[in-house]
Amino acid sequence: MIADAWKVAAKDLRSEWRTKESLNAALAVTVVLLLLFSFAFDPGAEDSKLWSGGLLWLVYSFAAALIVNRGFARELPNDCLEALRASPIPPGALFLGKAFAGFVLLLAVELAALPAFLVFYNVSLTWQAGWVAASFALATWGIAVLGTMFGALTVNLQMRELMLPVLIYPMMMPALVAAIEITGASIQRQAIPEIWLRLLTGFDIIFTALAVLLADVVLVD
Amino acid sequence: MAEPLVAADGVWRFFGDFAALREVTCSASAGECIALLGPNGAGKTTLLKLLARLAKPQKGGLRLPAPERVGYLGHGLGLWDELSARENLRFWANAYRAPASAAETWLARVELDHVADAPVRQFSRGMRQRVALGRAFLHSPDLLVLDEPFTGLDARSVTLLQAVLREALARRATVVVSSHQIPEVMELATQSWKLERGRLQSGVTQ
Amino acid sequence: MLYALLIASALYLSRNIYILMLQLPDELAQGPIYRIFYFHLPGYLTGAACFLLTGVFSALYLRTRNWKWDSLAAAVTEVGLPFAIMNLITGMIWGRIIWGIWWTWDPRLSTALLSAAIYAGYLMLRRAIPDATERAKNSAVLGIFAFASVILTYKSNEWFRTQHPAPVLSIRTGGGTIDPAMEMMLGHNLLALAMLATVLVAIRWNQEERRREIESLRREALAY
Repeated sequence: MIADAWKVAAKDLRSEWRTKESLNAALAVTVVLLLLFSFAFDPGAEDSKLWSGGLLWLVYSFAAALIVNRGFARELPNDCLEALRASPIPPGALFLGKAFAGFVLLLAVELAALPAFLVFYNVSLTWQAGWVAASFALATWGIAVLGTMFGALTVNLQMRELMLPVLIYPMMMPALVAAIEITGASIQRQAIPEIWLRLLTGFDIIFTALAVLLADVVLVD
Repeated sequence: MAEPLVAADGVWRFFGDFAALREVTCSASAGECIALLGPNGAGKTTLLKLLARLAKPQKGGLRLPAPERVGYLGHGLGLWDELSARENLRFWANAYRAPASAAETWLARVELDHVADAPVRQFSRGMRQRVALGRAFLHSPDLLVLDEPFTGLDARSVTLLQAVLREALARRATVVVSSHQIPEVMELATQSWKLERGRLQSGVTQ
Repeated sequence: MLYALLIASALYLSRNIYILMLQLPDELAQGPIYRIFYFHLPGYLTGAACFLLTGVFSALYLRTRNWKWDSLAAAVTEVGLPFAIMNLITGMIWGRIIWGIWWTWDPRLSTALLSAAIYAGYLMLRRAIPDATERAKNSAVLGIFAFASVILTYKSNEWFRTQHPAPVLSIRTGGGTIDPAMEMMLGHNLLALAMLATVLVAIRWNQEERRREIESLRREALAY
């Protein structure tokens, strides 16, 4: 199961690396949004430390929609999804592989855009950096799993690109709120409430388990 | 008679309340080549999808070989354009638990070993079809499910497909194939199943 | 029969509105606006019950593959959404009068709005899928995810302080903060609205079954 998931993830990452379609688009959107937000909210303002964490994750969530949308959509040309479903790769492994590839790509975009954020908004995330890193990984995994699941549910729809954001944004709210709070606490050099990390962990466990359990239903029959 | 390799027993499949397959009962043994016939919308693709495990019957029983012993070639090629022919076939060999050498063997078999490292995107239509043939056959499946493989194939691919199908039948694989271009299928078929409005008409053995 | 029940619940609701508008006195601290609570809380409870049932029916559909559960899940979500919106709007009107603002970003309010958005998304997904089997399957999966998400959001909110008024019903508080006549009235109105919701669900359920039959017949007619 893990070996199969890894095959799928490696294949996805390799083909993404060849074209860099969603990587480039997501990175460009992230940087442009960071720039645009600097006009809406003055990065030099006194209270910028209060809201810049939220702004960062909002920008990331836009990038996430672009990346997870590609996850299953990249299998549509040449009917690759059908070929994969007919293969001995279990649906759960296919799903986990796709979620993992989405996780790696999204994390790469987040890290690539992070310096721009730190410079534009004159903040630092060195306070409690270990917890911040953990929250990045946990929130990104949660978003990738949820987004990949909804990507699978909407992959055959004509209005896929429209439906996906409508479905995922409200659902990923708990993970986003937790990530915003932790990032904000670090920027303001405050203690990071443990409750947010617990919420993120719970979010990841619940949705990963549900997704793997239901992958069979979504992908076969 | 030997145990059939594939057997459907009163299989139903619905879209909503509309029955695409109605109580389909059929079986095929090793070495048989079945031509699946019937007009558009009779349920041919639905039945082939059940045989390829792309869907489950809602009623009735279905017996199939293990997933790694089944090969499926549908309307789509099942290849990634950004990856090379070798990468594509290696992935599928790996997915079907076949050795990586199978990918190399089939690259040579479909006469594409000289361009194996070029991305499939750059291939002509006929070359891509040959890679797809390699994908469906490289794990020497016991059951081959082919959904209209002859539509849009170029002459070279048709010849190749007929040759590999003959080989597969010679090693006693079972083939179920649907095609509108009847002559090529009929040449190989040992039996035909005719679907009419989701029902299987009594089988005609050649 | 269904329509008789519909008329009965409408009459019951009219009777309740008559009594609570003309016979019950104003509340001491809040004045006449407190009456909106007779719709605010039942709207919440009915909406929440409907949304919870969406999750239950979705799971039952996946387990049994019986169309009944799919139609029921669609029906309860469609009926639950207006009740949830009624809860939001009555709450906003009350907030405008008592708090002086239409909206405040309080966890309870956000959760209510978020649930409405999630289930509106559920209904949109249903509309977007043409094939009944695929629609039933995919919306059932979404129904289960929505259930988990709403429970998670709701639970996480219990960890925060809220400025939303505390529960007033005696079953939650152990008796005492609300006048018995008012609680009685609340019970009556909850019953009336729940009855209305049940009848509407039954009507929508029936329609949903018919719709699937029509879709299938159309498919059959076009297939050959």
